[in-house]
Amino acid sequence: MFSPTRTSPTRYEKLCGLAALLCLVFSAWSLQAQDTFKTETSSGVSNIRIAVADFKPLSGDPQTADLKRTFDATLFSDLANAGIFDVVSKSLLPQSTPGAPGEISLQQWSVAPASASMVAFGAFSVQGGKIVCNGFLFDAKNLQYPQVLAKQYSDEATDDASRQIAHRFADEIIFRLSGGSQGIAETKIYYVKIAGADKEIWEMDYDGANQHAITHLGTVSLSPRISPDNSRLAFSSLGRDGFQIRMYSLLLGRMVNFQSVGGTNLSPAWAPNGKDLAYSSSRSGDPEIWIADANGSVARRVTSFRGPDVSPVFNPRTGAQIAWISGRTGLPQLYIMDTDGSAVQRMTDGGYATSPSWSPNGQFVAFAWDRKYGPGAPGGQDIYVMEIATKRWIQLTHDGGRCDFPSWSPDGRHIVYANTADGTAAHMKVWTMLADGTQKRALTGIGADMPNWSWK
Amino acid sequence: MSAMQIKFRKALVLASVLVAIGAVTGCHKKASGINPNSLGPAPAAPAAAPTATITADPLAIDLGQSVVLNWRTENATVVTIDGIGEVNANGTQTVSPSNSTNFHLTAKGDGGTTEANVRVTVRVPVAPAAPPPTETDMGSEAAFHQNVQDVFFDYDSYDLRPDAAAATAQAAAYLTAHPAIKVVIGGYCDDRGSAEYNLALGENRANAARTALVSAGVPASRLRVISYGKEKQFCTEENESCWQQNRRAQFSLDR
Repeated sequence: MFSPTRTSPTRYEKLCGLAALLCLVFSAWSLQAQDTFKTETSSGVSNIRIAVADFKPLSGDPQTADLKRTFDATLFSDLANAGIFDVVSKSLLPQSTPGAPGEISLQQWSVAPASASMVAFGAFSVQGGKIVCNGFLFDAKNLQYPQVLAKQYSDEATDDASRQIAHRFADEIIFRLSGGSQGIAETKIYYVKIAGADKEIWEMDYDGANQHAITHLGTVSLSPRISPDNSRLAFSSLGRDGFQIRMYSLLLGRMVNFQSVGGTNLSPAWAPNGKDLAYSSSRSGDPEIWIADANGSVARRVTSFRGPDVSPVFNPRTGAQIAWISGRTGLPQLYIMDTDGSAVQRMTDGGYATSPSWSPNGQFVAFAWDRKYGPGAPGGQDIYVMEIATKRWIQLTHDGGRCDFPSWSPDGRHIVYANTADGTAAHMKVWTMLADGTQKRALTGIGADMPNWSWK
Repeated sequence: MSAMQIKFRKALVLASVLVAIGAVTGCHKKASGINPNSLGPAPAAPAAAPTATITADPLAIDLGQSVVLNWRTENATVVTIDGIGEVNANGTQTVSPSNSTNFHLTAKGDGGTTEANVRVTVRVPVAPAAPPPTETDMGSEAAFHQNVQDVFFDYDSYDLRPDAAAATAQAAAYLTAHPAIKVVIGGYCDDRGSAEYNLALGENRANAARTALVSAGVPASRLRVISYGKEKQFCTEENESCWQQNRRAQFSLDR
């Protein structure tokens, strides 16, 4: 799943599954032998080398240059971020800017130094307040029938629209070249923005652009979780009677009802059917996992064991299992159970485990883990991925300060998480990386925490 | 006429003058002859005095409920009820007074004026704010914090330590002696570990303190629990003394 090939989808899936399994096994072995290591998920299959040409400006409209610059930069970074490409550095590209299939000379792009296998190019113009954009993807090694993709886009002449067009074109390219994996360039990330004593829920594009506030509640709001259909945002907010689950409708642009109950109510999680919500509730005294519908009614208790039970997450593939964190034996550990509370399985063997996120294919759980946690021990909370079937794990972050709240991208190739280099909670930033721990980069400045990646 | 006779006459005149004065002043109404009844053309026989009764059902209500007034009068030409105004000679009226009220009925007729009263009692619920809690009821803020001290917890634990058990015992005694006091128990954690897990842990800590107070006889209805997890820190240094400060159940007056 981390390593794309251009074989047929079924063969591709088999290969990827095998590759992922192999690298988990190897990395688990090697981790026990040494303190730090880097996982290799490409497993011998090299990434596709793609050249991304600056698009050709086709109109004299004064807005064209600015909007085209946004488009070019967004398309380049979307493909570079995808994790399946080796994007040719702009300094190695030919001088020409082809705007249409008749204008490109493919040999120029396939020979050194560009040495591209694929070329993305096209034309960009602004006509009568509208962007018109033609995008092409050509196979540089196939001189006879080079065209892989031809797309035309039209939208309002705004900076945001030109970014969205680039995201859509990038997603098309990724879909064609990744063996059928949906791109994530149009997805959103919800997170907690720290503003003095208050914390509000914010939204941004997957690449960190377009950061803006969703809530203005003037209190501490935590754990945003977007519904599978992107219509509602569940989170937990501090009110007069402590933390309660709150619900915001992104379609109505306002808070909607979620039944308030006694006790502390925390860490909501959507079932993949979009109808059920699991969360931690202490209405009966001890914090337990409960499942209610999206209005908070017909709630039923799932766990029943003394000690904190918190941070549930559904298996997004089946909806039939929940991973969560329990302190029933002391320090918090990662557990898995069926949604009726049966078949409880402890997954971690010690340390301090928190914040699980289940991968979209159902195979892995990412979580934050401090394996040497204890009084006086130096904090080393990092992001780990565990394969559920084998309980083998790999470590994705190392020595970068405290990490928490991993959340999978819908394509299962990326993980967004929160990190504070100096350990100070107020200095948290939201970062993204590939699911093998490479290509880490910050998406926000300090004061951003608890990211949650949308389902699509 | 003899001197004797003159004296007698003088006395007689004086006496008759006195009688005349007395008749004019002392018995004015009867003697004056300006009785309006006697001036009127028709009534040969003196009119009967009006009669009036008024009842209320029920006589006592809660605030917001209504009550039915029922009155009967006879021989009255003008019937008024204070606060309602002129009404029919016989009638009913539904009212919902906001305070206890005397309904005063006045029936005026040719034969005079008669009054009737009924008192409707309105039970106003005693709002908590109505009798402001005095210093003596609640005890002073300082005395509260002196006697009801925060309890501290070990790392990742929500079990009461021996020192915490002693503190809650003292707190329970003080709260039993001051039954007007209501308490918010806040659960707090140090800033290590995860925000979500710490909120659940803080809930367990506050509940542990609450359970200790309830076991010692403090009614649960006077205690409210809120977990703040690691969202509200008392100090932010990265050392054990600060972490210990933050691992607590804090008591404060619930106003």
